[in-house]
Amino acid sequence: MKILVCISAVPDTTSKINFTADHKSLDTSGVQFVINPNDEFGLTRAVWFKEQQGAEVHIATVGETSVESIMRKALAIGADKAFRIDTHPTDGFLVAQALSEQVKKENYDLVICGRESIDYNGNMVSGLIASHCGYSFINTCTGLTIEGDKATATREIDGGSETLETSLPLVVGAQKGLVEESDLKIPNMRGIMSARTKPLEVITPSNIEALTEDLSFEKPASKSEVTLIDEANIDQLIELLHKEAKVL
Amino acid sequence: MSVLVYLESENKAYKKSAYELASYAVALAGQLSTEAIGLVINNDTPENIGGLNQIISISNESLNTFTAERYASLLSAAFEKSGSQYLVISSSADSKYIGGMIAAQSGSSFIPNVIALPENIEGKTAFKRTVFTNKGFAYTSSRSELCIIGLSKNSFGVHHSNAVPKVEAMTLELTDDRVTVTNKATVNGKATIADADIVVSAGRGLKGPENWHLVEDLAEVLGAATACSKPVSDLGWRPHSEHVGQTGKPVATNLYIAIGISGAIQHLAGINASKVKVVINNDPEAPFFKAADYGIVGDAFTVVPQLIEKLKVFKAQNA
Repeated sequence: MKILVCISAVPDTTSKINFTADHKSLDTSGVQFVINPNDEFGLTRAVWFKEQQGAEVHIATVGETSVESIMRKALAIGADKAFRIDTHPTDGFLVAQALSEQVKKENYDLVICGRESIDYNGNMVSGLIASHCGYSFINTCTGLTIEGDKATATREIDGGSETLETSLPLVVGAQKGLVEESDLKIPNMRGIMSARTKPLEVITPSNIEALTEDLSFEKPASKSEVTLIDEANIDQLIELLHKEAKVL
Repeated sequence: MSVLVYLESENKAYKKSAYELASYAVALAGQLSTEAIGLVINNDTPENIGGLNQIISISNESLNTFTAERYASLLSAAFEKSGSQYLVISSSADSKYIGGMIAAQSGSSFIPNVIALPENIEGKTAFKRTVFTNKGFAYTSSRSELCIIGLSKNSFGVHHSNAVPKVEAMTLELTDDRVTVTNKATVNGKATIADADIVVSAGRGLKGPENWHLVEDLAEVLGAATACSKPVSDLGWRPHSEHVGQTGKPVATNLYIAIGISGAIQHLAGINASKVKVVINNDPEAPFFKAADYGIVGDAFTVVPQLIEKLKVFKAQNA
């Protein structure tokens, strides 16, 4: 089984987000980039398939040279080979086209993307790849087993979960639950050393086009001060929620 | 070039989100000087909703179970057949599942997490959407003529109207789906985070899963959904489906009550789109107090039981 895990580099979840003075892009100064958490759950499951079922695991990232540090981390976690598609990832459509080219070239049995990247929250790249490549697709995937070419998955739905069956080739949108937080791997020294010599191929994409354009960015307005209520005066809270906030 | 809006149904009636979605589509069409058209699947009584004058109704028993591939191709076909420029979809798990698929099939762009009607920026139609899990906003325009808009929950509100829509049946060929649903497990009769007006959430401050009756009792009085912080789901005290935050679920509710949650930046990002936030925490230095509208500095184990009792009285008086 040949697996591709699509990985994006996103600001660490603890990052404060600021935009450049012209409001045109993210201000990356002081921002630490990490593997998108949803992608990391997917990567960890892919490495499990490698260890348990002998799968071959590739990763692909769309981005400029700066993303190579997180790609090396993914290799250290256990991926076998990496592809960097050399362009600035301006929107989900461009990214999906670039990744679809890679999927078609290598004929993967399974493609794992994060449900969404936690930067632009598009939640579309996995569905676009599945459509472009003619693969089955399961989103918000919280469990995945594969026997031969049969896949059984669970998916989170509003207020519950679903069990689904399909066959490979398949694209899944991964999220927490696919593996547990405690199963995430911190690369060990051996992994880090071997990652240095694993192949990282740079690809120049062709025929890619963004379908959307971010014209400007802004931060949320600063919040007004909290109204503190004495713990002996809970009636006041109910009254404020009823009469002032009008939510009761 | 009209605005088509997919109004989700459940048990042959509109889901709650449909009312806001229809209201938004009617306002968007008004701004563009065109018509809004509703699209419903297996809905018996497409009643007056958000001011829509026109509804396309698709009925087929085999669509009772949502499967993504079939629904996506059906919506793409309806989008094309209606000749609309925009397709508006909700932020439900199902609509998020199929948004990218419809975009690929219909050759349209997709702008998700939209929270307002478009503005003109540099001569372009720009939709304001949340990015970085509510830590920022982007104004995004489409480069393709066709565009799917994913509307964030609770961002626009419901406009009531007496307009009675003209309902027209549409028959479209159904495609097979390579993914089959073999089991569906939902908790009946309990408000879900996706749909609830109020969410009651708790963190490690509650000390253990055995104390969650406080959260559940408070939620019951308020008709609220229950949620939790990331550490609580990582510890296995509560299921992952209740985890709210940047890597969990976003919450955009009218009222969010946080009990014993310190307010890590990832958690605050996830709940930032909620209208009114209340925090109960015994640590006055907890960062949540800076993000909340109302706060009580106090012990959850004494404050919450009192709040439950007082809310019962309030509810009885205001029923």
